[in-house]
Amino acid sequence: MLPDFANPADWLPWAFASLMGLSILIYVVLDGFDLGVGILFPLATPAEQDRMIGSIGPFWDANETWLVLAVGLLLVAFPQAHGMILTALYLPVFVMLVGLILRGVAFEFRAKARDHHKRLWNRLFFAGSLMTALAQGFMLGLYIMGLEQTLATYAFATLTAVFLAVGYSFIGSAWLIHKTDDALQRKAVRWGRESLWGVILGIGAVSVATPLVSTRLFDKWLSFPEVLYLAPLPILSGLLILWLWRMLRQMPYAGDARSWLPFAAATALFALAYLGMAYSFYPYVVPERLTIYEAASAPESLLIIFVGACVVVPVIAGYSVLAYTLFRGKATELRYD
Amino acid sequence: MDTLDTLLLSRIQFAANISFHILFPTITIALGWVLFFFRVRFAQTGDDKWMAAYRFWVKVFALSFAMGVVSGITMSFQFGTNWPGFMETVGNIAGPLLAYEVLTAFFLEAVFIGIMLFGFSRVPGWLHMLATFLVAFGTTMSAFWIIVLNSWMHTPQGFEMIDGQAFATDWWAIIFNPSMPYRFAHMMLASFLTVGFLVAGISAFRWLIGDRSREVRAMLKTGVAIGALLIPVQIFMGDLHGLNTKEYQPAKVAAMEGLWETQEGAPLVLFGIPDEEARENRMAIEIPGLASFILTHDWNGELTGLNDFVAEDGTVLHPPVAPVFWSFRVMVGTGVAMLLLSWTAVWFMWRRRALHQGRIAGHWFAVEGLPKPVLWALVPMAFSGWVATLAGWYTTEIGRQPWLVQGVMTTEMAVADVPAPMVMGTLVTYLAIYAALLFAYVGVIVYLARKAARGQDGRANDMTHSGKAQVAVLSPAE
Repeated sequence: MLPDFANPADWLPWAFASLMGLSILIYVVLDGFDLGVGILFPLATPAEQDRMIGSIGPFWDANETWLVLAVGLLLVAFPQAHGMILTALYLPVFVMLVGLILRGVAFEFRAKARDHHKRLWNRLFFAGSLMTALAQGFMLGLYIMGLEQTLATYAFATLTAVFLAVGYSFIGSAWLIHKTDDALQRKAVRWGRESLWGVILGIGAVSVATPLVSTRLFDKWLSFPEVLYLAPLPILSGLLILWLWRMLRQMPYAGDARSWLPFAAATALFALAYLGMAYSFYPYVVPERLTIYEAASAPESLLIIFVGACVVVPVIAGYSVLAYTLFRGKATELRYD
Repeated sequence: MDTLDTLLLSRIQFAANISFHILFPTITIALGWVLFFFRVRFAQTGDDKWMAAYRFWVKVFALSFAMGVVSGITMSFQFGTNWPGFMETVGNIAGPLLAYEVLTAFFLEAVFIGIMLFGFSRVPGWLHMLATFLVAFGTTMSAFWIIVLNSWMHTPQGFEMIDGQAFATDWWAIIFNPSMPYRFAHMMLASFLTVGFLVAGISAFRWLIGDRSREVRAMLKTGVAIGALLIPVQIFMGDLHGLNTKEYQPAKVAAMEGLWETQEGAPLVLFGIPDEEARENRMAIEIPGLASFILTHDWNGELTGLNDFVAEDGTVLHPPVAPVFWSFRVMVGTGVAMLLLSWTAVWFMWRRRALHQGRIAGHWFAVEGLPKPVLWALVPMAFSGWVATLAGWYTTEIGRQPWLVQGVMTTEMAVADVPAPMVMGTLVTYLAIYAALLFAYVGVIVYLARKAARGQDGRANDMTHSGKAQVAVLSPAE
């Protein structure tokens, strides 16, 4: 899996694929929780809704920027793949964009509009979050199916759409367990228990479907000895799910101890599932059609971006940590002063 | 025919998206610095009026920022969904520039805006001030990288073409391409003017509905001052930009001026209807020699006409004339209106102060001096910056057609082969959403202004205790 580090044309595409993969994973976890909070929105009372907004308010902008970075890296490092993937996913991308627009602006408008308009913006916030999650799940499904557009792949993509939306609600609940207390926290624990099935079915569906898509993937996962090396992935995932299930039956713990655990475990679970997928697709950026080496931009251009990224990405990580530290602890209603 | 429809629809869709998008960065770029100014004034003086001004405009900033982010994300995906040919041809140049925008600007803004909006009582004052600065700096950096790429598309250099793909040879030349300094300065000034008139217009509105608070005075003066100071600079910068365009994109200038034949002592066409069939202007009103004088600083200077940009076989290599001609006039007209109004307002405020010398000690200008018609004129001008900015961008972008990257690739080469009905369907949806959001955006700003004005009425009595300056301003003799 490791490239030849003496040859820029070999390691640069690999480095960019890794960077892009990392930003997609960070995006899925971070925007996943705030999209999830949006999907859970209608289940809460108006006062709880203000707190839920408070729990994601200072972060959502930065969370969404990871999507911009991911699609930006796809655009700049693998321009041909960017064109192929996004033209193939024209309509789901459109739905996602409309969803992102609606929830992003609803977020700001609901805090500033007059009271009787607030209900409308609340609904749009929910609808936008749901649309975004469904569209992303749909794209994930089509991508796994090698961007083939048939009735069967659409059916599979519809399944992954639902599972991803439920999965986002799950990580959203985990976030709320950490950021809230009292009645809303107890509700979040219940939501977490009730949406865990989405994660299980989602990971299950992808795991079952992936080896069936092509013989390459089948061999990659199920031939000997690979199957032994890869065994920790499903085993660890299974253990995490069991642990989460037990935890969510007992939470909240006395004195609100370890309220961050479900979110941490959910993040680990998402990361494991994601690693599995990354293993499946490597070295392809457009499944079965275009590898990262074929799609990559000129090494000179990549090197310029890479140097910048090496300087800037640690700084970004630093001030992201700063923002999360400043707004740590239980969320309150957001105020501008 | 089918690809032509897709091309036209894709262009309209991109134009709609980018027009909607640019409205919000135009506000946030300069509003970030204005907020930083308010924040610094508050730190220096401890005067609450600056913090009140900050709190009011930071809400507008948050709203504009969100609108800018979501419409910007739309754009970054549309490169792939509608214009894959662009990145496939010039991706080696455009890619790093876009990447640097995301890396140096996007994250800076997106992370620190949380602290800027919600951190005032959570973090130390210096950190809040630093966050405000970094957000303003981030928006400016973002504008810089985007303008670099856009300018490169107008005046490309520092690259070579190998097998139909551009490869960078000199990054310094790419970044500091010939039109970049002019375009960047022109856009920064446009943003400050937009915000100046927005702040002045909304404050005038609050004043007219009875808000006499000290922050409204401070805001109104800040807004008018930005407008009055920068509009002459902008007119000068626009002239320089025009000269630069004449050198590198003469066809665009010919379309802006409505000039068909190459001639010495070319007239300035004040009004006319460009007719591309007949290749002449109908009902033209002209001032002889003036276009030559403006563009060559010589009454008899030679200007290249549009007819020089038609190939032997009749292929038209100049942009569509009427839209460039008209949007240029809308931009210049709006600029002239800005000049007249801001200087009128300054004159009235200054005269008032001069008439009451000594009473309004320490103040150069008095808001009371503004007559009602001037205040009412400021209100619709609140969004005049949008009109001028859009008209300016239409001039320069349509003026580059049929090229996408001047001399390197045409717009037609970049378009995706997506079925026309699909582009049509998404276009209509985008338009509907944008119209609704624009309506809501302006509505919410007006609502926030009304709410703030009401809040001030309730506190009207407190004001007289809070500072010596405005005791004088409120003196009954006035």
